Amino acid sequence: MSAFSLDFQKTFFQLFGLGQSFHLDTQLLERQYRAMQMVVHPDKFAHLPDAEQRVAMQQATFVNEAYQTLRSPLRRARYLLKLNGVDTQEETNTAMPMDFLIAQMEWREAVKEAQQARDAELLSELETRIQAETAELEGQLADRIDTEKNYAAAAELVRKLRFMEKLAEEIHAAYDEIDN
Amino acid sequence: MALLQISEPGMSTAPHQHRLAVGIDLGTTNSLVATVRNGISTVLNDEQGRAMLPSVVRYLDAQNILVGEEAQRTQSEDPTNTISSVKRFMGRGLADIGDISRFPYRFLDDSAPHGAQVRLRTVAGAKSPVEVSAEILKMLRARAEASLGGELVGAVITVPAYFDDAQRQATKDAARLAGLNVLRLLNEPTAAAIAYGLDNGSEGVYAVYDLGGGTFDISILRLSRGVFEVLSTNGDSALGGDDFDHRIYCWLLEKNALSALGPQDTRLLLTQARTAKEQLTEHAEARITVMLSGGEIIDNVLSQAAFHEMSNNLVQRTLQPMRRALRDAGLKVQDVNGVVMVGGATRMPQVQRAVGEFFAQTPLTNLDPDKVVALGAAIQANLLAGNRGEDDWLLLDVIPLSLGLETMGGLAEKLIPRNSTIPTARAQEFTTYKDGQTAMSIHVVQGERELVSDCRSLAKFELRGIPAMVAGAARIRVTFQVDADGLLSVAAREMGSGVEAMIEVKPSYGLSDSEITRMLQESGQYAKEDMQARALREQQTEAHQLIEAVQNALAQDGDLLVKAERERIVEQVQMLQDSLQQTDAALLKRAITNLNDATVSFAQARMDKSVSRALAGKNISELEVKS
Repeated sequence: MSAFSLDFQKTFFQLFGLGQSFHLDTQLLERQYRAMQMVVHPDKFAHLPDAEQRVAMQQATFVNEAYQTLRSPLRRARYLLKLNGVDTQEETNTAMPMDFLIAQMEWREAVKEAQQARDAELLSELETRIQAETAELEGQLADRIDTEKNYAAAAELVRKLRFMEKLAEEIHAAYDEIDN
Repeated sequence: MALLQISEPGMSTAPHQHRLAVGIDLGTTNSLVATVRNGISTVLNDEQGRAMLPSVVRYLDAQNILVGEEAQRTQSEDPTNTISSVKRFMGRGLADIGDISRFPYRFLDDSAPHGAQVRLRTVAGAKSPVEVSAEILKMLRARAEASLGGELVGAVITVPAYFDDAQRQATKDAARLAGLNVLRLLNEPTAAAIAYGLDNGSEGVYAVYDLGGGTFDISILRLSRGVFEVLSTNGDSALGGDDFDHRIYCWLLEKNALSALGPQDTRLLLTQARTAKEQLTEHAEARITVMLSGGEIIDNVLSQAAFHEMSNNLVQRTLQPMRRALRDAGLKVQDVNGVVMVGGATRMPQVQRAVGEFFAQTPLTNLDPDKVVALGAAIQANLLAGNRGEDDWLLLDVIPLSLGLETMGGLAEKLIPRNSTIPTARAQEFTTYKDGQTAMSIHVVQGERELVSDCRSLAKFELRGIPAMVAGAARIRVTFQVDADGLLSVAAREMGSGVEAMIEVKPSYGLSDSEITRMLQESGQYAKEDMQARALREQQTEAHQLIEAVQNALAQDGDLLVKAERERIVEQVQMLQDSLQQTDAALLKRAITNLNDATVSFAQARMDKSVSRALAGKNISELEVKS
């Protein structure tokens, strides 16, 4: 498959011409992503034979994957740690500070109660608080990765953020449940 | 064909070769075909000046078929052989359809294989929804070719955004069966957004509310500097104007204490119900007068208020997908700059009122809701066919429903979440759970629910030849790829040892290429000689396009090449030109392949140049904005 025109060996940061850091100019990322899709998207190749279209599909898929990874703070952090050879151990390392785990349990119960009470306003309130907590953790993550280069501490924050992501998913599911 | 991939955004192919391409809105109730002529998207009318082709097919006997108005007008004469709203059956099995007594058709209840589509028994034999839809598409294709005076290069066919993989695949099969080259399957609300957005030069976040004859979609898009980015989509692929008719029909049954009507009377009353619904858009009441086959006379007056009340829960059913689409897009009602109404059913005042209240703004209705989808599809078709004008724009769409695999305990594990921008791919590794296990069955599902039994089953296949190992040692990598049509293909591979087993999945409901070819031949549409002549003509066209593209590229970017490479390309161009003097399709094909191979690295260099230029260009404009 020599026709790949994008270098799949590049990091996602290099692909978009961005510096390799947690802190990111998201507007610039968005503009670069759109500019790149303007060139590689399969719609630009639809009048060409199948082989050509397949290559375009792979390129656009790669660009989408890169964009989605960098756009999400959690996925971006995970990817940065991987580039630095650090495993985030999200499946294996379940040791979490007790207060964090207790807070998580309390959040979950609150979500469940709001769902049972079919209280969309309460859910929205919880969502706002969870988003604030998530933003706080992301701020810490930027310090650990970009400033201190303390990747072990960053990995623990990634594991915490994974919990927050699951909570957000549960809130989403609770909204859907209330709607039904 | 490596070299053609460098065609620049905004660079048009030679002006003399305007390629004929159309957009087709294959609707539940009506279908339309449109094209871009002199830069303007236009719906193509039939000889009587009618734009809309009723999506009704009547089988008269084994050979003769009526499509459109004539079929619709006479449908109560022969309801079992006159198929309407066939879109509701696309990619669907009997179990999906539910109460079949609702329809005046004879459903074939053969013990269908897993995932198979329903079939209807007609005087012309058993017909699948794909075959019925193909008749509608053939009619539109003939209309377009007569009107444009040439063979079509391709067509964009629209589908409801909320169509799942089975429904999309069925639509594509129908188009191929009608002899159309499918440039793209395009989501209906997105097509509407293109027509609307390009017409108005809009920027910002738009919601497209699309209530058609049998499907409901809501899409949230962001329009920004020539990019149409779908943020989320939701809907109900079994809710539409038909259901409103059905409410009136049920009311008539109840009012007149009727039960168990025959197919003719059912059709008659449904037609009357639809007329009444349309009248109630403009009038406070509608009178329904009809004589049934047994001589009973029905004479009722339905008020607008009563109609609104009996259909209120249908309108309410569209609100839940709207809330979900907004949540998935991470937006609030107040973030939406405009709401576009699409589909004939949005003419109903109670629908407009409900949508207006939900979004706290008056919905936009300045484009004909029946035509806007076809108009947008034509604009996209024109672009995809390579007729690029001055303005270049891009569409980024999403998949509507999550794709996943069945795991232990009948649970669905999502690999690609809903609203992922396409094309997209995801790979996941699975392992064996028994010692010495050499096969693994893979079940692909689509949907949001946790249990596999609540999701749509797309395909089941077995991966065999896994080397015997202890449980958990094998590594089976399953890769999902969703293309720009929103269609899925799945590949699985055993990675644990050096042994590889790989399977490309053809979804069980789709038609294989050979089946399509057989059906085309059976239909007598193409004689064998025609097929060969067609193949040669296609090769010749391709050769001409390739030569032109290579010569343009050499003129533009020849400096990227070293001398030897340039000479090799020029030599292959000459060989291809020589082959064009003969009428040997195979020879021509080889020469095309050779020239393609010779230009791969040149194409790559040019692609890299365009990508860096595209990125650099944005950087510069950003600096200008800041200074």
